Amino acid sequence: MAEPIVKVLIASPLLSYTGADEVEACGASLGALLKDLDRRYPGIRFRMVDEQEQLRRHMRFFVNGEIVKDLGHPIKTGDEVGIVQALSGGERSGLP
Amino acid sequence: MAKARKKTKSGTSNNARASGGTLLLVATRKGAWIYKGDAARKEWRSTGPHFLGHIIHHMMLDPRDGKTLLAAASTGHLGPTIFRSTDMGKSWKEATRPPAFKKKEGGRTVHHNFWLTPAHGNEPNVWYAGTSPQGLFRSEDGGVTWNEFSGLHDDKQYREWMGSEQDGTPNGPMIHSIIIDPRNPKHLYFAMSGGGVHETVDGGKHWAPLIDGMEVVEGFDPKTVTFHDPHCVRMCPSNPDRLYQQNHCGIYRLDRPGKVWKRIGKAMPAKVGDVGFPIVLHPRDDERCWVLPMDGQTVWPRTSVGGKPAIYSTGNGGKSWTRLDTGLPKAEAWWTVKRQAFAADMGTTVGLYFGTTSGELWASRNEGKAWNCIARHLPEIYAVETATIG
Repeated sequence: MAEPIVKVLIASPLLSYTGADEVEACGASLGALLKDLDRRYPGIRFRMVDEQEQLRRHMRFFVNGEIVKDLGHPIKTGDEVGIVQALSGGERSGLP
Repeated sequence: MAKARKKTKSGTSNNARASGGTLLLVATRKGAWIYKGDAARKEWRSTGPHFLGHIIHHMMLDPRDGKTLLAAASTGHLGPTIFRSTDMGKSWKEATRPPAFKKKEGGRTVHHNFWLTPAHGNEPNVWYAGTSPQGLFRSEDGGVTWNEFSGLHDDKQYREWMGSEQDGTPNGPMIHSIIIDPRNPKHLYFAMSGGGVHETVDGGKHWAPLIDGMEVVEGFDPKTVTFHDPHCVRMCPSNPDRLYQQNHCGIYRLDRPGKVWKRIGKAMPAKVGDVGFPIVLHPRDDERCWVLPMDGQTVWPRTSVGGKPAIYSTGNGGKSWTRLDTGLPKAEAWWTVKRQAFAADMGTTVGLYFGTTSGELWASRNEGKAWNCIARHLPEIYAVETATIG
């Protein structure tokens, strides 16, 4: 079965990769979707997911408006995925 | 044409050309700038900001090809990466595989790339990177892809010496001061904050600490490698057997093959002390170096001592030190200079440059005798490197 193609809203710090704040990607899970995004926009995934396959601390992912913290979260046709920068994301010191 | 370029009050403009002269590569908490000096190093023109909003920890030009420029970048939200330019920052490409630890149970995550060092002259396109938390990475393709270097990251003893995040600096524990012996590409040093100074003579197969003679904070055991906090280690360009070090606990010199550091900072004035972050060496005189002391008392303000910044210079290997503060603020200047933010050029009379935590860029055309501010109101400056082009 073909993997679902969904709309992905892109956070502003990642626009240098996509050139657009709304793109398409496909994948049956959030993790697969981010891998497809990386295929389309090389380098974008590592800025969001670290080498231990953990979502980076100050990035947030929403599927149909619900926050998702699991790369295995299923994605289906018609879903809308949002990638958002958390308000908390200053430098390590926490300062802006 | 240079004549047509508009200069700012600080003697800079936004149209640096890449042909000939001294470059200052300025990395800040909010982006990077490149300053180009005229032949007299009197007027400076700038390009930037590059990567506005990115945290740039270090930017280095490869002296072997004179064109490969690497910048260590992250943001408050996005993971760390390395950008690469071969046209003096007109365009940048991201590393396709930035430094990253191996994926494994309990594995570590690179928080930021802190230090970039071009490798030996006989190893074109090879670079080393030091990260926070402590990691040592190597690229063999000019910074496009990076791999973990040596078995360091899996060495139980080294992992113990690296300590936890609480054992590191406020900005995280890090590897810095990656030094390659110009006579032997397999002879390397690096330093860890915290975790001491280390050496390999077989290209990273084996490493050994080099901490004898170095002091630690009172009450701790200097035999414990973890407690050592070298802030900046440099090898004399004119004498690879001589190293200088600015440490959390003093200024040191080591003459190889000796293995015991000598605390040369004891000759500094007692009221100033010998605590600081950076140390800069003369390119041709192994007896001469410069430091920028900071206040390391009680709660560690890490400001200039008494709000009166000064460079101290030695011309006799640390037997005596001379205060150099002409042109610097006489009072109420509570900034400091980070370990990567003080550099020398290769001029016949050496030019010195430093960037402050309050975003000022200072220059001396006469080895520190007199200083003038060439840029103000930049973001907090993390690193200043020089490069000679053309």
